[in-house]
Amino acid sequence: MNTIANQIAQGRILVSDGAWGTFLQQKGLGAGQCPELWNLERPGEVLEIAQSYILAGADMIETNSFGGNSFKLASYGLSDKVYEINKAASQISRRAAGADRYVLGSMGPTGKIIMTGEVTYESLFEAFRQQAVALQDGGADALVIETMSDIDEAKAAISAAADGTKCEIICTMTFEKTDEHAYHTMMGVTPAQMTEELVCSGAAVIGANCGNGIRDMIGIVKEIRSVNKTIPVLIHANAGAPVYRDGQTVFPESAEQMAEFIGELIDAGANIIGGCCGTTPEHIKRIAEIVKSRNIT
Amino acid sequence: MDNSDLLAKILECVEFGKVNKDAPFPPNMKGQDGADELTKLALERGIKPSEILNDALIKAMEIVGQKFSDKKIFVPQMLISAKAMNASMAHLKPYFQSGEVKRKGKFIIGTVAGDLHDIGKNLVAMIVEGAGWEVIDLGVDVNSQKFIQSIKENNSEAVGLSALLTTTMQNMKSIAQEIKAQCPSVKLIIGGAPVTEQFKIEIGADGYARDPQGAVSYLNSLVA
Repeated sequence: MNTIANQIAQGRILVSDGAWGTFLQQKGLGAGQCPELWNLERPGEVLEIAQSYILAGADMIETNSFGGNSFKLASYGLSDKVYEINKAASQISRRAAGADRYVLGSMGPTGKIIMTGEVTYESLFEAFRQQAVALQDGGADALVIETMSDIDEAKAAISAAADGTKCEIICTMTFEKTDEHAYHTMMGVTPAQMTEELVCSGAAVIGANCGNGIRDMIGIVKEIRSVNKTIPVLIHANAGAPVYRDGQTVFPESAEQMAEFIGELIDAGANIIGGCCGTTPEHIKRIAEIVKSRNIT
Repeated sequence: MDNSDLLAKILECVEFGKVNKDAPFPPNMKGQDGADELTKLALERGIKPSEILNDALIKAMEIVGQKFSDKKIFVPQMLISAKAMNASMAHLKPYFQSGEVKRKGKFIIGTVAGDLHDIGKNLVAMIVEGAGWEVIDLGVDVNSQKFIQSIKENNSEAVGLSALLTTTMQNMKSIAQEIKAQCPSVKLIIGGAPVTEQFKIEIGADGYARDPQGAVSYLNSLVA
């Protein structure tokens, strides 16, 4: 299969998948339960999520392994199951993807901060390497290091993935709008700084995920493009910022509302578009329709 | 350097995160004494520990908390300031223990049951401690029993519940109700990414803070 970056270089826009965490919750994942354990205990339901996005028109599907690093799994007493859980995650998504769609092994942050002294760069590197290898062994084509705030943690993950696997490496960070025209991660990284540092570190695709909805993503992509015209950019936006309503947290943007901004996002320079928290197969279906029409013209 | 210059210098060290002489950060203060050395010097000169606390540390951490709230600085700068504050505070600990310096009150904090995220909770704990409160941090995945036991043991004025996840935010409700039933006089404040003012009202909490400085404002209003 052609690489993702090659397809982008040929001018194609690609569609990624939507939310996993909020989807698992709908299927009954409770507070305090380990989402990744479902790969071993309820693989059928994980497969259903992956299949629903493929059916909606996604060109690529992530894996249920966002919190699958040894630091996160340790809090559930599962640190000895890193390999098993991540390999199973890729195998499930591979089943849904078949041979002609990409499987992106999801790698989220560890929740530890290097500068507090609670972890070292080396220990993060080791944890990410272990996870990346397992995801590749289960059949991942690419790895998506996502929801990063700290540039050093992102770089540790990229280096570890490059060291341990032959997978294409995607890395996206999570930005918040900090004033009229500025975006920063929780750790103060700007989209421009991310672009410069992650491209140097060896990411084949960069971008942004989560956050406060698709409108912000347009500004973020513009800032990325102001410093780099060619690096492929992936955007996984939330279905708006979460609101609390009648005892439940809702992500308010409908598929239609999100769809309104897809054209502008592509014009700004995004190459791969999917969703994050609160997006559903319906959102991905609408995105796929728009992307399809753009790829023809 | 007279005494007020010395206090101003300690304030600057905490505001910009100059921990001690060897600390490489911030680069423009390289080689200079940090919060550690200057606090020691201040005590040797006979400056009252309460003056160091009130006129340097609390003021510095208020500036830091406000800059964080205004998104002028981010988590790393706040962590390094807290580190400098702790270096200074270490010299003041004996005076807290002897009772010579009084803090504003006791604040218990924890991330609620089912939730393992501690970054936000830790930032609140640092800023509240920097505001002159004694902070008792119960960690993550804290159930109502642990909160209640600690409130009773410490006879604390206030308790803070943190949650990052929309799922675990629901646990705040039952924990808040049990705390209120067992410890009716304690003030209960909540925070975390998905938490809102409306949610505070719904679960019967006393305060909601959207950032660490908001928690300080609320707590200080209790003892004002």
